[in-house]
Amino acid sequence: MMHILMHGLLLLIMPPLLLGVINKVKAWFGGRVGPPLLQPYSDLVKLMRKGMVLSETTTWVFRFGPVITLAAVILAGLVAPMGRFAAPVTFTGDLIFFAYLLGLARFFTTTAALDTGSPFEGMGAAREVAFACLTEPALFIALLVLAKISGSLTLADMLHGPMSGFPAQAAAPLILVAIGLFAVLLAETCRIPVDDPNTHLELTMIHEVMVLDHSGPLFGVILYTAALKLFILGTLLLHVIAPFQTGLAWLDWSLFLVQMLLLAAVVGVVESVMARLQMRHVPYLLVAALLSCGFGFLLLIG
Amino acid sequence: MNRDREKMVTFTNGWSIDLDRVPTFTLDAFEWAILDAVDQGKRVVALFGVPTGQPEVTTLYVILAQDQENYLNAARTQIEGDRFPSLTPRCPQVHLFEREIAEQFGLVPGGHPWLKPVRSHRSWTGRDAWDRSPDQPILPGVSDFYRLGGDVHEVAVGPVHAGIIEPGHFRFQCHGEQVFHLEIALGYQHRGVEQAMRGGPHPRSIHYAETLAGDSTVAHATSYCQVIESLSHCQKTARAQTLRGVSLELERLANHVGDLGALANDVGFLPTASFCGRIRGDILNMTALLCGSRFGRGMIRPGGVGFDVDQARVTALLRQLDAAEKDAAVAVDLLWETPSVMSRFEGIGPLPRQVALDLGIVGPAARASGLSRDVRQDQPCGVFRFAHIPVSVYDTGDVFARAYIRWLEILQSMRFIRENLRAIPAGACQVPVGPLTPNGLVVALNEGWRGEVCHVAITDETGRFARYKIVDPSFHNWSALAYALRDQQISDFPLCNKSFNLSYCGHDL
Repeated sequence: MMHILMHGLLLLIMPPLLLGVINKVKAWFGGRVGPPLLQPYSDLVKLMRKGMVLSETTTWVFRFGPVITLAAVILAGLVAPMGRFAAPVTFTGDLIFFAYLLGLARFFTTTAALDTGSPFEGMGAAREVAFACLTEPALFIALLVLAKISGSLTLADMLHGPMSGFPAQAAAPLILVAIGLFAVLLAETCRIPVDDPNTHLELTMIHEVMVLDHSGPLFGVILYTAALKLFILGTLLLHVIAPFQTGLAWLDWSLFLVQMLLLAAVVGVVESVMARLQMRHVPYLLVAALLSCGFGFLLLIG
Repeated sequence: MNRDREKMVTFTNGWSIDLDRVPTFTLDAFEWAILDAVDQGKRVVALFGVPTGQPEVTTLYVILAQDQENYLNAARTQIEGDRFPSLTPRCPQVHLFEREIAEQFGLVPGGHPWLKPVRSHRSWTGRDAWDRSPDQPILPGVSDFYRLGGDVHEVAVGPVHAGIIEPGHFRFQCHGEQVFHLEIALGYQHRGVEQAMRGGPHPRSIHYAETLAGDSTVAHATSYCQVIESLSHCQKTARAQTLRGVSLELERLANHVGDLGALANDVGFLPTASFCGRIRGDILNMTALLCGSRFGRGMIRPGGVGFDVDQARVTALLRQLDAAEKDAAVAVDLLWETPSVMSRFEGIGPLPRQVALDLGIVGPAARASGLSRDVRQDQPCGVFRFAHIPVSVYDTGDVFARAYIRWLEILQSMRFIRENLRAIPAGACQVPVGPLTPNGLVVALNEGWRGEVCHVAITDETGRFARYKIVDPSFHNWSALAYALRDQQISDFPLCNKSFNLSYCGHDL
């Protein structure tokens, strides 16, 4: 019970902190002090207290899009286990449920963007779904590898691995899957090198351009959902790259927190040391992620 | 065709001549004179109309530059009625000048392939080249755009942008992510400076010149002051000329460093973006140390410069310059050493040499496409007659070339400032300016950081400006940006745009 409470609390409260960490790391690389660590929380509070401008051409889809997206992502967060602890919701085949919740979230984000009738948002939606065609299979194959290793179809068992640790022959596939998952994480959460969350240039945006017309509380919901997505995909990746456990509950929770913040710092470092890819080179990265996961699977069945 | 080979008047940058010396050609000879000159490698610096006493007669002037032999040519012709044959099909570099004449004087350049208003204002003569009625509102950006049709879709960007930049409207013809054609509609910043300068010089004129394009304050103010000085035969001191040169190069440094940072920012490469933003501020502060204004306002004044320097200031400037150079080298080298940045810069938005030549491109954009074009070398005036700056040329014409040219010029400008500040001649910083010669013509060219800044003044019989023509480098170069985008990815537009970094208000005047 305590763990379920802890899971819910972390899921709802921690994500904006990751953005704070990323921004701090980026500021440090740029020789700046940067915004306070907790700035994303202030931003969310500010947005929640603002008014909203709704275009006359939009329909209910535009208003419901961000809310449905948020609901879908939170539900996905309840399915994904954190650290060595069980997820609040778990059943056989929940990995499919998890993947499709993320798909549902994307569907409503892009539909809300198309609903505005703006050529920019249509362009962003087209880019988003085009790149999703590559990230989604990569995620599926990654889950497939984990299912094959663990012999289970529930996320909790797949991700926790056997109590004795992963077998040695699983090392190579897991490394490949980790590489693939990291690229998926960067793409899905709109980070450099795929997308630039800080840009003000409409024509280069992917995710940001889809939400240009959203303002006030709805925009706050969108920012919060983006942070949640980063958190959830981060938990997934941590299982693969850092499956450490001590057996002590409080120590394991702290370990999870520290690992999560480190992961955010790594994302920040990646964003600081490289430029964005050309839009037409993004698929190369995503195909590489897909192949990396695919080879992991091949190694396993070979 | 009967080719009338009359001679155009030859003169140099910054030297006034009697208006009578400019020959008046027949329209036919005028056209052939321009075509021949362009064939021989000369370039059209300005082509503009001047109203005469009679409403149905307009005089057209052309100013041509012979860059290899460092002289200028001028000729004029009279146009009666409301039409003249367009030269654009045979000489593309005059396309925007002809559109400008059509808009300002209501003269139709017959056969112009794309005759649209340039700045969307009413004509000066009451005639309208597009037969719009006087009560019909004229708004910038409201017009037909070139369309490809079929599956090609249009993306309209601006005039309101997501960032804090000047207003301009961009219309893309795209297929998916690929751009087939880009048309740029400007005019939102039109203030009517050329008309406001007529009847001058007024006490306000220098301020108009300084605010023509805020980031080229020194270049435009220097050109304006050269106009005044040469028309009043004022001999400025070597000290004033050196200080003007130093201010001009400081302006170039600040903008080039800022541009490199902005290019890094556009590809999401943060370290260089942040550092260059800061170094640009340091260099602006050096200009402020000279004259109290970070943008050089008040520095350049007719007869010399508004502020003198003492030894302590020179020492401080040199020290700050050393620090800025060291910091800039670290920040900018990071750009060239990062493969992910290079893959964004190389091969993007190429402008072939021949296209740059045909369109009459100037400044770093021309030099990045392999044209050795630099007013400081080709038409030197002021301190640049004595202190030469080697011209930096690169030949790929892409975003990388335009970025790298900036870096080469930064290094050259730093060396120039250091040498000239160390050996600054003694003397007064400003000398009094007398009244202007009546019936004179002067062309004052300067290499601003964006390229050639051109001011042409014609005085009437009382020594007031009868016509004041201004050509900002952006006027030439916007069409280069439109060309560079062809067959590029639409997501690379902001990067290409930044690599040219053209002025909207300099174009709109």
